[in-house]
Amino acid sequence: MKKVAFWPWLWVVLGGLYFLLPLYATLDFSLRAKRGVLGLTAYASVLHNPKFVQTFAFSLRMAVFTIVVSILLMVPTVYWVHLRVPRLRPMVEFVTLLPFVVPAIVHVFGLIKTYSQPPLVLVVSPALLVGAYVVLSFPYMYRAIDTGLRALDVRTLTEAAQSLGAGWGTILFRVILPNLRVALLSGAFLTFSIVMGELTLALYLAWPAFGPFMYQIGQNRAYEPAALAIISLALTWLSIGLIQLFGRGHAGQAQIAGAK
Amino acid sequence: MSQLVQVEAQTARMQVGRRGWDWSWLGVIPFFAFAVAFLIWPCFSLVLGSFQDPQGHWTLANIRDLGQPFILEAYWLSIRISLVTALVGGIFGFLLAYAVTQGGLPRFVRSGFLSFGGVASNFAGVPLALAFIATLGRTGLVTAVLKTVFGINIYDRGFNLYTFWGLSLTYLYFQFPLMLLIMAPALDGLKREWREAAENLGATSGEYWRYVALPILMPSILGTMVLLFGNAFGAQATAFALTGGSLNLTTILIGQQITGDVLHNPNLGYALALGMVVVMAVSIGLYTLLQRTTSKWLR
Amino acid sequence: MAFLELADVRKVFNQSVAVEHFTMGIEPGEFVSFLGPSGCGKTTTLRMVAGFERPTSGTISVGGVDITHRPANRRNIGMVFQSYALFPNMTVAENIGFGLKLKHVDSKSIAQRVSHLLEVINLPDKGGRYPAQLSGGQQQRVALARALAIEPQVLLLDEPLSALDAKIRVSLRNEIRAIQRQFGITTIYVTHDQEEALSLSDRIVVMSNGRVEQIGTPLQIYTYPQTTFVASFVGTLNVLRAKVIDPAAGRITVDDQPVMVARSLAQHRAGDMINVALRPEVIGLDGAPGTINQLQGVVEQVTFLGGTIRTQMRFASNSLFFDMFNTPNGKLPQTGQTLTVTFPEASCLLIDGPVGTSATV
Ligand SMILES: Nc1ncnc2c1ncn2[C@@H]1O[C@H](COP(=O)(O)OP(=O)(O)OP(=O)(O)O)[C@@H](O)[C@H]1O
Ligand SMILES: [Mg+2]
Repeated sequence: MKKVAFWPWLWVVLGGLYFLLPLYATLDFSLRAKRGVLGLTAYASVLHNPKFVQTFAFSLRMAVFTIVVSILLMVPTVYWVHLRVPRLRPMVEFVTLLPFVVPAIVHVFGLIKTYSQPPLVLVVSPALLVGAYVVLSFPYMYRAIDTGLRALDVRTLTEAAQSLGAGWGTILFRVILPNLRVALLSGAFLTFSIVMGELTLALYLAWPAFGPFMYQIGQNRAYEPAALAIISLALTWLSIGLIQLFGRGHAGQAQIAGAK
Repeated sequence: MSQLVQVEAQTARMQVGRRGWDWSWLGVIPFFAFAVAFLIWPCFSLVLGSFQDPQGHWTLANIRDLGQPFILEAYWLSIRISLVTALVGGIFGFLLAYAVTQGGLPRFVRSGFLSFGGVASNFAGVPLALAFIATLGRTGLVTAVLKTVFGINIYDRGFNLYTFWGLSLTYLYFQFPLMLLIMAPALDGLKREWREAAENLGATSGEYWRYVALPILMPSILGTMVLLFGNAFGAQATAFALTGGSLNLTTILIGQQITGDVLHNPNLGYALALGMVVVMAVSIGLYTLLQRTTSKWLR
Repeated sequence: MAFLELADVRKVFNQSVAVEHFTMGIEPGEFVSFLGPSGCGKTTTLRMVAGFERPTSGTISVGGVDITHRPANRRNIGMVFQSYALFPNMTVAENIGFGLKLKHVDSKSIAQRVSHLLEVINLPDKGGRYPAQLSGGQQQRVALARALAIEPQVLLLDEPLSALDAKIRVSLRNEIRAIQRQFGITTIYVTHDQEEALSLSDRIVVMSNGRVEQIGTPLQIYTYPQTTFVASFVGTLNVLRAKVIDPAAGRITVDDQPVMVARSLAQHRAGDMINVALRPEVIGLDGAPGTINQLQGVVEQVTFLGGTIRTQMRFASNSLFFDMFNTPNGKLPQTGQTLTVTFPEASCLLIDGPVGTSATV
């Protein structure tokens, strides 16, 4: 109130520099592909690379599958936990946090070891990748849906629907899901941004995904990777912007760390 | 009519509860099955694998091999980097969270930093590595500015982006925003009345933080720092993209052991993974212990 | 000079005035309540005394020392918050001893004082508990003990009971008052519950819209409200439209029935319309000797309220209600019945502005 906010400003300025300098440096670098002039050469070269489109499309498909499966799996589960088996809540919560504890590299080799030999050879199927991504999405989806359901008063809503003659399917798809739209969107966007940039799982499972593509470009080229970094950042930014737009500014509520 | 009966039957079932066997836990089976299939069983099979040799015979050799100096060094490096970035990122993230929530700054600063934080805490892997190469690499922007404007060549003075401190700086880019994101709501949870009551009883601002605010926040501070630790400990993509495997981190070592051409020994890789899980488990156990002493009042 | 002095205190929050022309002196050991509707500036005034807000102008002094610009942590003024504001990370005993610890009192004296205060608030064996393990009423008692522990010059309580349920409210407010008497501590008590203010206070400050409406003892406030606002805010009122017949004699008519008010109406002229207010409890059915005033009307509604019965009556254009005890063999008025009510002439309050027919708080 009385004193000038010196320390807060100092931290904010330092934090701001830490945030922005690398972004600015990357942007600046990405525009210098042609000696001496600033230009979009690197971006053009990236966008014209057929692998860009292919890998991007592949990751996009994976992201969509992941989101759909994750919603189909998590909504009924979290709903059921809220309504009928609240005593299992700590256990479910624990399992949803496991992906944070298990390093991606451990995760992926576990998958390879388990599913590369009979009886179940899944490593050749993208289903394994989607399944693993769904597991990665647990923390985000669970938190988003849990927050959403808490705000809903599920029990009353369910009983009201039942008293009007609704069965479980109707309740889930006509009553609960529409009311969870905002929560699901926020979970979905986070999942999206994670899947789009994921490297470890896609690389070791040998899928032509966007993350490995960025990695390869990064190994062989100079300016294009910077352009790619900016593009992927813009994507993340966009999805978080959309969450805020739909979630009415609940930044920081559903988002925790992503796969590193 | 029928729905009324249904509701009644259901209420009755809920009331009976303890008597007849309650089948409602079956509803979460798909979820647990999924988790087991795609996460728990595979990781468990790695654990089994770490007690086997390539032919599938049981052995403790892999665990014994973890004692090799280069492996211990890798663990030590991973732990150090995680500790440093969790501490530095935790402290700086906390100060930043304090500044944007209680610092009396304009509102847009707060919302700006929270959405920045959302982006940055998910910014990792290749793009992050590239951003730091463009910033602090040999020809990076900051390196160049320091050289031309201030006449300081950081690379002559011993800095190198592709070493411990360089990687730590890079990790910090996602570490402190994560702290910021989690601590900002926690700081919001401090009631204004607590500060006023403390002041009223004669506390200075420092005494308020020492006796009231920090003790109240301590469980979430510790919890988040453990999360930061795990976050850095399990990180692989960023380090891999930045150093191309030249920095001997545990995660990178695992990758080399399992897929590498030179150092190919998957079962040792599995044992390495088991070691990581153990380290994580120990840190979570430590946290639970600390949590217990710092949050007696929560129960 | 009084012990606690507020002199022409004014507070403006970005252009909107929260408190204005607040002047009063509070004697040592006095228990003063601030009473008023939500948003009238009670809390703001209290927070200025505590030091959490700076007055825009005016001065506050305690014991002759100007403390207007002294920071809150050097005022030695105790405060009890509506939300208790106990520190959740400290036990009850640590909470109570916190102020003393900050003053570097040795731990033995702290322990003694804490256990004494625990006795005073009637929680002798709860010192080791954490606030979350106490009921709301217990927490508020701990908050009181915490405020008293530093032996403050002034004790401030901001709606300390409003988060508690009705039964505890009554018993705890009496306890607070008893402890206050025991310690002889100068106290300001903010409330919007008039019953609380009336039953506890030495004096009441009725506020509205940031202004002091009236300062007086509970009896003065209730019996001789000086403004329309006070009359309608404190207690329940029937307001009747009346016509002045003879100003000097205090004779008026209510719907053409003659009524005497025990007061001169010199400022009015014959034929003026005025408002006369009657507390429901002064109205009865059988005129005691000396009650000249009678009004005849029709019973419109009879409401059973437990211990009392409320009867609503209608005259040509006015209406009123009154309460009577629910005695087992008493005769109840019947709806539609014609009834005559009586009231003493001294009980007629005169109110200047138009007010709703029966103002209830
Ligand atoms: N910090 C503030 N900033 C701006 N206006 C404020 C602030 N605090 C109070 N006000 C305004 O000042 C006026 C008086 O508020 P105050 O809190 O004193 O009311 P109150 O009498 O305590 O009401 P209640 O019974 O609801 O607690 C209100 O109009 C309120 O909106
Ligand atoms: Mg108030």
